[in-house]
Amino acid sequence: MTTPAKTDLITVNVDGREIAVPKGTNMIEAAKLLGIDIPHYCYHPKLSVVGNCRMCLVEMGMPAVDPATKQPVTDPATGKQKVNWMPRPTIGCATNASPGLHIRTNTPLVKDCREGVMEFLLVNHPLDCPICDQAGECRLQEQATQYGRGYSRFIEQKNVKPKRTVLGPRVMLDDERCVLCSRCIRFSKDVAKDDVLGFIDRGSYSTLTCFPGRQLENNYSLNTVDICPVGALTSTDFRFKMRVWFLKQTNSIDTESSVGANTIVWSREGVIYRITPRRNDEVNDTWMADSGRLFYKQVRADNRLLAARIDGQVVAHGQALQAASELLKQGGVAIVGSGRASVEEQFLTRRLAESLNAPAAIVARVGQGDGLLISADRNPNTRGALVTGLISSLPSTTLASLARAIDAGSVKTVLTHNEDLLAAGLTPAQLAKVAVVYVGTHDNATAAAARILIPSLTVFEKSGSFVNQQFRLQKFSAAVPAPEGVADDLATLGTLVNAAGGSCPSAGLPALWTALSTEVPVLAGLAYSKIPDTGAALDAAAWAGLHFPEGETLHYKPAKA
Amino acid sequence: MPHPLERRIIFKHIDEPGYTNDLACYVRNGGYEILKKSVARKPEELMDEVKKSGLRGRGGAGFSCGLKWSLVDRKSGKPIYLVVNADESEPGTFKDRYIIHQDPHQLIEGIMITCFANRVKQAYIYIRGEFPHGARILEKAVAEARAANFVGPNICGTDYSCEIYIHRGAGAYICGEETGLIESIEGKRPYPRIKPPFFPAVLGLYQCPTIVNNVETLCHVLHIADIGGDAYGKIGTPNNTGTRIIGVSGHIQKPGYYEFECGKVTFGRLLNEICGGPLPGHTFKAVIPGGSSAKVLRFGERFKVKQKDGSFVDWGIDDIPLDFDSLAACGTMGGSGGVIVMDDRVNVVEALGNLNAFYAHESCGQCTPCREGSLWMKKITHRMVHGDARSNDGELLKSVADQIAGRTICAFGEACSWPTQSFVQKFPDDFKAYPEAKKAAGGKALPLV
Repeated sequence: MTTPAKTDLITVNVDGREIAVPKGTNMIEAAKLLGIDIPHYCYHPKLSVVGNCRMCLVEMGMPAVDPATKQPVTDPATGKQKVNWMPRPTIGCATNASPGLHIRTNTPLVKDCREGVMEFLLVNHPLDCPICDQAGECRLQEQATQYGRGYSRFIEQKNVKPKRTVLGPRVMLDDERCVLCSRCIRFSKDVAKDDVLGFIDRGSYSTLTCFPGRQLENNYSLNTVDICPVGALTSTDFRFKMRVWFLKQTNSIDTESSVGANTIVWSREGVIYRITPRRNDEVNDTWMADSGRLFYKQVRADNRLLAARIDGQVVAHGQALQAASELLKQGGVAIVGSGRASVEEQFLTRRLAESLNAPAAIVARVGQGDGLLISADRNPNTRGALVTGLISSLPSTTLASLARAIDAGSVKTVLTHNEDLLAAGLTPAQLAKVAVVYVGTHDNATAAAARILIPSLTVFEKSGSFVNQQFRLQKFSAAVPAPEGVADDLATLGTLVNAAGGSCPSAGLPALWTALSTEVPVLAGLAYSKIPDTGAALDAAAWAGLHFPEGETLHYKPAKA
Repeated sequence: MPHPLERRIIFKHIDEPGYTNDLACYVRNGGYEILKKSVARKPEELMDEVKKSGLRGRGGAGFSCGLKWSLVDRKSGKPIYLVVNADESEPGTFKDRYIIHQDPHQLIEGIMITCFANRVKQAYIYIRGEFPHGARILEKAVAEARAANFVGPNICGTDYSCEIYIHRGAGAYICGEETGLIESIEGKRPYPRIKPPFFPAVLGLYQCPTIVNNVETLCHVLHIADIGGDAYGKIGTPNNTGTRIIGVSGHIQKPGYYEFECGKVTFGRLLNEICGGPLPGHTFKAVIPGGSSAKVLRFGERFKVKQKDGSFVDWGIDDIPLDFDSLAACGTMGGSGGVIVMDDRVNVVEALGNLNAFYAHESCGQCTPCREGSLWMKKITHRMVHGDARSNDGELLKSVADQIAGRTICAFGEACSWPTQSFVQKFPDDFKAYPEAKKAAGGKALPLV
């Protein structure tokens, strides 16, 4: 982030306290910098401003200037410049800071405005809280408690609206709960570029709906659920599954592409219930794709590998590890690392390859970028493999040189880290010629054909870091414990490195990072605990000449070829 | 025949026997001569005349027309648009429709002079959906004017070109709000825009600088171009120049339209002399002076009004001059000039119920206070007139209205809350007594709209 130059800063006064803010900052953000909350519903920092909820009404004043002389007018009582307060309240979201702007958020008028708007929002709001998914993270609940009157004067009939409107395959609408803030409409139109939502009817009977014949089915539809300040939009996947106050939040990274959207994994007692985006203004703002939200299902997938095997027979983890070490020692080894593995795992994979004097490759996954938060490179950590030196040039989608080496008979054993070799272009005949050591999470043809199979962890069960397309180092943390009998990839790789005669720092992340920061130049001076939650930008100069497959996405522009 | 106290400028030919709305008749009566003279002048001169005239907008707010024009962003390099607000929907108001129906070329000539003065190349007439006949008349009139080279390319043989388009609304009151109207022309829901930043003078139609003027205002511009700003400024009273069209409706002997010099006639003369007083056997109870949004005045009320010299005068309704400033000083507004008279038969709770039903139906629903408040007020008055009135309903109504006014995106917030605020404030006893009176009367109520 760039620090604004001093000249771009202007001083505003909120409740008597002064603060310098960048030009263009609105009242809500300016007050937030002082820790003062201006409640709001329709305003969202990453969406256009419409000013329709009226919750952020505050009092606004400007320094008095004599209209004739243009000289400041001094208040004789205080000796300071007089402030002209506007007779009417102003919305904080649409009013940008100007030099000398004064804001009052704690006056009787502001209190009355908030009480009024809260009351209005509640008069036609159903008393659904006991069965509403939003309960516990509902702005209406929070702000009613904080800024409402606390009692109701409404004795009329409430409006009745549709309660279960299917907006799309993943989003359900309860129109009665809707406060008509239009965040979802603006998101769909401005961010997702899929203008499908709108209001019909008018006044208090206004109803959110999809355009005729259309559905809210784009790959970003669940963001509307995230930004809905109330329980109107709910996720069909998460709906009625769990109370949010029981859920533990763990910072994680979306692994579906090299964008590396920041996420929060919500879990309880070892079970993940949902994934939502985490704000990172340099990467994903406050958004993420729907596809990445379902990745938690891989943790408990039917084809999850949960036991070590030798030649198809279930064995103890240690036994499989021992057998693998011995197999690797016999030489003729090739290593297939992974662009989906963490930086730390890739570092150990490289160590292993060096110790065994084995060639190493990773498999590229290239799809079509969507221009927003899914890039063409579907590996989350291709750049991590470059940074750690596991690879030195861009990977290919097929393992051609490995195939040639197998055909030539120079490779007898292949260790693959979570990569399906058949999917990567090897033929079953080639696979049959070699002994495969498969370290991975889910069953596939390669796992089935493996001599030795060692189960490993998904991104939700381990900690580590990825380097995204911007060469931004971002860390993720274990949200749920590993399944019984399944060891961390780092432990597995570390044991293999040691057995191969290499030296592996003890498997813990801090020790590993001592090695990483000394051996990898662009990681110099970093430690795992020092990586900020929003990531750290690495010096990408060493790889400037490579032609990465990514096109433009949010906050990323490819270097000119 | 016009009343002797009237001075008809805009309505000169309205209801004149033999006067038709076609071009030939208009030209026979000297039409388009002023346009011909105007396009030979400098646009700045015409703007200056309007500024000097002191003309105030006739749509409701009474904003200075010259000032509005001077606020237009002329440095942006974007085209400037003129939007003619013919969405005359304020209950009690019926002035623009007469101009449109009977003298459309007067409006077109006024539009063309305004466009020339402001270097506008495209003008839109936004006419309300309920005026299909008016829209057809305007379309025909514009076509006639185009054929005669008064609209379109190279007007009157000059190198100035300007086109007029007619856009019909779909029947929403909120489209009379200038930014809602602009959204509607753009083909969107007429949600009024937030100001700042979307002042029409800077970011109006298609995000270009835009002037939005009322039909009657533009007709006044025509006459200012004719007689000059100084001469026009002498009509009426200082700061309330020109004539105003007043439409009187309700319980009165001679309802209808009248045109007076601003401030030269008092309410008393209007209601009692010109309009013939109350219906036989009845007395006046209340009057809404400027369209249904204006605050109601109660007969018998006294107003202490500060004069220019600092002294105070004590006025009853009858003493209030019909102009912008005097009505504002009495706590209401001249608004759109629609005077609604109610006599002693009217139950104010039921009258308010009717108004609340209108505003709840017309609230666009964009911002919270108006959307929820207008319907809540309707539900309260509906409940009251349908048999479940409570003695504190008046206070509740006023409190709800107080939570709306001044806190909304557009002026609809005031439009829907001022009636409630003023009815409750001026007739507190009627609201308190209503539950008992209702019971005594056996509970039969007027059906609401």
